[in-house]
Amino acid sequence: MAKQIICENAALGYEGGIVTENLNFTVNSGDYLCILGENGSGKSTLIKALLGLKPQVSGKIEWCDGFKATEIGYLPQQTPVQRDFPASVREIVISGCLSKTGFRPFYNKEEKALAANTMEQLGIADLAKRCYRELSGGQQQRVLLARALCATRKMLLLDEPVTGLDPKAQADLYELIAKLNKEGITIIMVSHDVSALKYADHILHIGKKQLFFGDKDKYLNSKTGKAFLESEEHDDE
Amino acid sequence: MMSEMLSKLQYYFTYPFVRYAVVVGLLIALCSSLLGVTLVLKRFSFIGDGLSHVAFGAMSVAAVVGVTNNMYLILPVTVISAILLLRTGQNTKIKGDAAVAMISVGALAIGYMLMNLFPTSSNISADVCSTLFGSTSILTLKITDVWLCIAMAVIVIAVFIIFYNKIFAVTFDENFSKATGIKADGYNLLIAVITAFIIVLAMNLVGSLLISALIIFPALSAMRLFRSFRGVIICSAIISVVCAAVGIILSILFSTPVGSTIVSADIAVFLVFWLVSAITGRSKS
Repeated sequence: MAKQIICENAALGYEGGIVTENLNFTVNSGDYLCILGENGSGKSTLIKALLGLKPQVSGKIEWCDGFKATEIGYLPQQTPVQRDFPASVREIVISGCLSKTGFRPFYNKEEKALAANTMEQLGIADLAKRCYRELSGGQQQRVLLARALCATRKMLLLDEPVTGLDPKAQADLYELIAKLNKEGITIIMVSHDVSALKYADHILHIGKKQLFFGDKDKYLNSKTGKAFLESEEHDDE
Repeated sequence: MMSEMLSKLQYYFTYPFVRYAVVVGLLIALCSSLLGVTLVLKRFSFIGDGLSHVAFGAMSVAAVVGVTNNMYLILPVTVISAILLLRTGQNTKIKGDAAVAMISVGALAIGYMLMNLFPTSSNISADVCSTLFGSTSILTLKITDVWLCIAMAVIVIAVFIIFYNKIFAVTFDENFSKATGIKADGYNLLIAVITAFIIVLAMNLVGSLLISALIIFPALSAMRLFRSFRGVIICSAIISVVCAAVGIILSILFSTPVGSTIVSADIAVFLVFWLVSAITGRSKS
């Protein structure tokens, strides 16, 4: 398995304050890594670091074997701007191809075909002409997923993808992501939610520092893992 | 009645300055509507207003200092302010709002004070009024002004078409664009600079207080009814040009102020589109 990201002793934060530190983990091609953490534990800072948008304060984050930070397909959390954005599904999906166009102002045939195929693959081809803001939450996430897949087929980084979805849509989305993972796409999912663990094979739990990194089974038997599961069950009651 | 109006129009159109005004007016309307959609969606509707006040301040400074062609001062000052304002970015929205408000009222106050302290003509209030609400200067354009305006409009439209897909991506999702290696900050800068150009151009047509109306109304109207980004852009451009044409013609026929007549036409179209969308329930979200 080829290594894609190596993180050694990295500390992340803003100027004058470290949010999280002692991060040591590797992401291999084909992994399904779930990043857990409370709110404010530096998950979004870590996302920015992994995407290469915000350099670490100290330590090392490396994208290896010809894998580049811009080859991560990113599924951000929705912003209020997007919820009432007048755009068709097709326009949004094909915008994922933009990094391939370089200085060319318009999309070529291959990129249009890629967008069409990806919509087919994710079962949203019939929505192509629909307006994004009229879709359900689950459909919107599929659209953004299709856009990310137009940008790259190597790795997906999902930021709390099921937030605000009903249980059925959540389960569907998890299934879909697991299916993409089986097809060989590396998945990194950031979540504060236990249900995300079901499909993951690796867990990274962060707080003020790294609390756990390793296989899911080990995590479930670890102190950190048990404490996290209990606190979550408590929340549900 | 109708033929009387037509002959009146025909009579006016024999004057070159009326033809210039129509050409310039339509071009400005087209340019401002193109960018309007992006500015509205990025929650920067107010930036037009802020920048136009800055342009007003710069204009009064230019008048006091006695610069021969005040464009040399107004344009760079407005462009720099636009860059500063847009750089505050999406993620610091509250600060951005405050910055716009601060700069715009500040420039307005200082501009008005300078005009009073160093009057260049005997009728200050008329001067101020015409800069704020659009003057007759649209009817005193020289052929060189018209060419300058055409050149700027061509540049704005060309830049918009060439970067259309990038502007869409950056407007819809800045973070995703950055993550896939698109230079989102560069495109924001581009949007800011074009906005500044359009505002300086449009000051001649509708005056600095009414520019934001020219920018946001066509975009908002189009967004009532259209579901795709391209549809919204095209519709907003058509609305803006039609309203500008109707506004200019009406203002000639009934001797009303050009700027406010155009904006009134925009408002009327917005109300119609809003009604249609409310009745058909199209833009429900």
